Amino acid sequence: MKRVVSSLKQQLGPTMLAFAIALAIASLALIISGHNPLRAYGAMWDNLNGTSGIITVINEMAPLYVAACALALGFKMNLFNIGANGQFIFGALMGAAAGAEVSLPGPLHVLFIFVVAAISGAFLAGIAGVLKVTRGVNEVVSTIMLNGIAGGVGGYLLRVYFRELGDQAAHTKTLANSAHLPNLDRVLSAVGFHIPKNTPLFSFPLFALLVGIAFYVLIYRSRFGFDLRASGINPSAARSSGVSPKRMIIITMLMSGGLAGLSGMSTLLQKQYEYGDRFPTQLGFTAIGIALLGQNHPVGIAFAAAVWAGIEQGARGLPIVKVPSEIGTILQGSLLFVAVIVYAVTLRSSQAKAIESASKRMAAGAGDSSSGSSGLSGGSRASLVAGVTP
Amino acid sequence: MSSTALSFDTVATESVATPSALARLKRFQTPIILLGALLLLAITRTFTPEASGLTEPLIFSTALLLAAPIAITGLGGIISERAGIVNIGLQGMMVMGTCFAGLLGWHYGPWMGLVGGVIGGALAGALHAMATITFGVNHTVSGVAINLLTPGICRYMASVLFAGKGDDGSVTNSPTMVALTKYTLPVLSGGHIGSWQSPDVLGRIAEKKWFLISDVAGLFGGFTKEISAATLVVLIIFPIAAYLLWRTPWGLRLRSCGEKPAAAESLGINVIRTQWTAVLLSGSLAGLGGACLAVDVGRYIQGQVDLRGFLALACVVFGNWKLGGVLAGSLVFEYPDAVRLVTFGKEPRSLVFVGALAFALLAIWSYSRKNIREGLVVTGLTAAALAWFTFSKNIDAKLTATFPYLITLLVLVFSSQRQRPPASAGITFRKGSS
Repeated sequence: MKRVVSSLKQQLGPTMLAFAIALAIASLALIISGHNPLRAYGAMWDNLNGTSGIITVINEMAPLYVAACALALGFKMNLFNIGANGQFIFGALMGAAAGAEVSLPGPLHVLFIFVVAAISGAFLAGIAGVLKVTRGVNEVVSTIMLNGIAGGVGGYLLRVYFRELGDQAAHTKTLANSAHLPNLDRVLSAVGFHIPKNTPLFSFPLFALLVGIAFYVLIYRSRFGFDLRASGINPSAARSSGVSPKRMIIITMLMSGGLAGLSGMSTLLQKQYEYGDRFPTQLGFTAIGIALLGQNHPVGIAFAAAVWAGIEQGARGLPIVKVPSEIGTILQGSLLFVAVIVYAVTLRSSQAKAIESASKRMAAGAGDSSSGSSGLSGGSRASLVAGVTP
Repeated sequence: MSSTALSFDTVATESVATPSALARLKRFQTPIILLGALLLLAITRTFTPEASGLTEPLIFSTALLLAAPIAITGLGGIISERAGIVNIGLQGMMVMGTCFAGLLGWHYGPWMGLVGGVIGGALAGALHAMATITFGVNHTVSGVAINLLTPGICRYMASVLFAGKGDDGSVTNSPTMVALTKYTLPVLSGGHIGSWQSPDVLGRIAEKKWFLISDVAGLFGGFTKEISAATLVVLIIFPIAAYLLWRTPWGLRLRSCGEKPAAAESLGINVIRTQWTAVLLSGSLAGLGGACLAVDVGRYIQGQVDLRGFLALACVVFGNWKLGGVLAGSLVFEYPDAVRLVTFGKEPRSLVFVGALAFALLAIWSYSRKNIREGLVVTGLTAAALAWFTFSKNIDAKLTATFPYLITLLVLVFSSQRQRPPASAGITFRKGSS
């Protein structure tokens, strides 16, 4: 826990800097187009501040968080799964279609749909994993191709096989009540916390929380996670210490795809209860940005998802002051773009510092040896190693 | 030591011993492949009566119109990757191109629209260059960020500059601009010379349905008839780019930065500046690709690019980082869509037959090289394609849309050993790091 807090403190500065620059860029855009930035931000804040605003943010950040965690899993070992969008679409579609065909008691029905969605997503990502391992196909390209294939095949299946007849818009059969995820309103009011009727608090955020905890334990507290991070930082060292890169790639791809397949469950089981043309189409792409913004850390991703969903919710209040709500997308995009630059620069400077201090110690050690003591002393050798690994 | 020398000798004699006829054939790779593809189409056309229109000029001209934006964007991808900078941001650069083309095209006409596309794309390219080259951001990360940032910029621009302006401007589209001229080659394809309407020779040959001859005529007829000025610009840029990249010192320097930047620097090449130039050019070309889309339709429409930027990326991989390959790839990718559009969704089914033929050829080739495992897999694919062809009545438009991605994936699976991306693409170079 201490390590988490200290690393968060280290990350806070760069992130705040990125946010400030992004705000400046958005303000510039607003001023150029003749709007008052302060009024715009005020309206955004007003729309965000308050119970219903915060609940909307929590509801909307949860699927983003799950999808971003799915991607971060791969990013941790330098495996770029750009195909999260296809896995998300395919998982939601398959879950919706299979869920409409069975009738099961409540929790089992939900579980069934979760399993189908996860398997569908994992299947799609697994193709990319197998191709990488057996034929050396770069996963960035293959997952982009699989995105296109999943979109087309999914649209075809929806239009030809899963479609409910007699409706103009294509969508799957509506799911039975047993497949709906419960809302948390009653639990909250039992605790004495009353929330407005028209914005219910979903239970999917609880699932997202579980995903986050599992992610942390798996990556930072398990043997598998150590192997995974090692494969990302130094593949050849990992291999020579007995980690099978092929096995790691397949497992990570399957887990990443499965989790991405689950990210559509919030919309499917709490909002629309069917898969159709109204379903979000870009969530998987947005999630890449959130994983990057949160630096692939479960806590960082949570902040990133909250900020992203917060900007979105805030921007909905902009038309009141006659400012185009599209400024929200500029704010999100420039925040991401500036953040990746700031992160890269901080990483560079911290590496440079580590190398500098290491070489200083090396020089000091060399001085020691010339003055008679035998080579590096145990203490300075340990500090040398500590200095090199940031 | 002696063993290595020996093996070197055998390799050397082998490569000398193999007749240079093959090497000579390799120089005509593109025409041979083109002719082979037409042969497959001709066979399909002969054996499936309902697909008799598969090689009509109109299909090829539509394919060219659809392929041009992807081809030019793919060219942008090649230039950037050849200089060592992986460009996933092509998609975003295209999006910027459509938006700026809509803006300038509406105010100053379609030609300025193309210029606007170049400007918009170059701006996005500058962002990518700044992040990857100057600040050392991972290339894929920066590209993804650009793809997420640019639609936001365009949507804001549209809401400020287009909404309620002109005749029909709105938040999602720019006001309509003047249409670009279309060109037709006289004598061969029936263009005008002055007021004289010349005969459409190629079109008439294509109508005769002679085996292979009509198909070749259809191809050339399609490529010389009713060609949009934007497409023409694209077709003119390609040979210029080929000359610059492969026949000038500038091109050699650029490519050396993608192969071994440290070595390039030691020879006095300014790697950072070269890469910046390459990425700016890459963005400009991708922006031009977006502008082609906007100008051909007559306005910017939100979401117009669809996933064409990623398709262009697929073209780069399909074409093995070569110009001819990208051009061919974009045509192969858009041909099914053209068939679908021209025949109103009737004939894509016969394309599955074309695929089966291609797989069969590939299988024979695999067996002849004694690669039994690959041969068996490809035979299975042939059978699957034939079965699909036999048992399906029609192929849904949504499925034909996946053909480009499927083809690229198959190419990657079967030729990833022969693929040769630039050796240092994706690796951040730092000045003085040699």
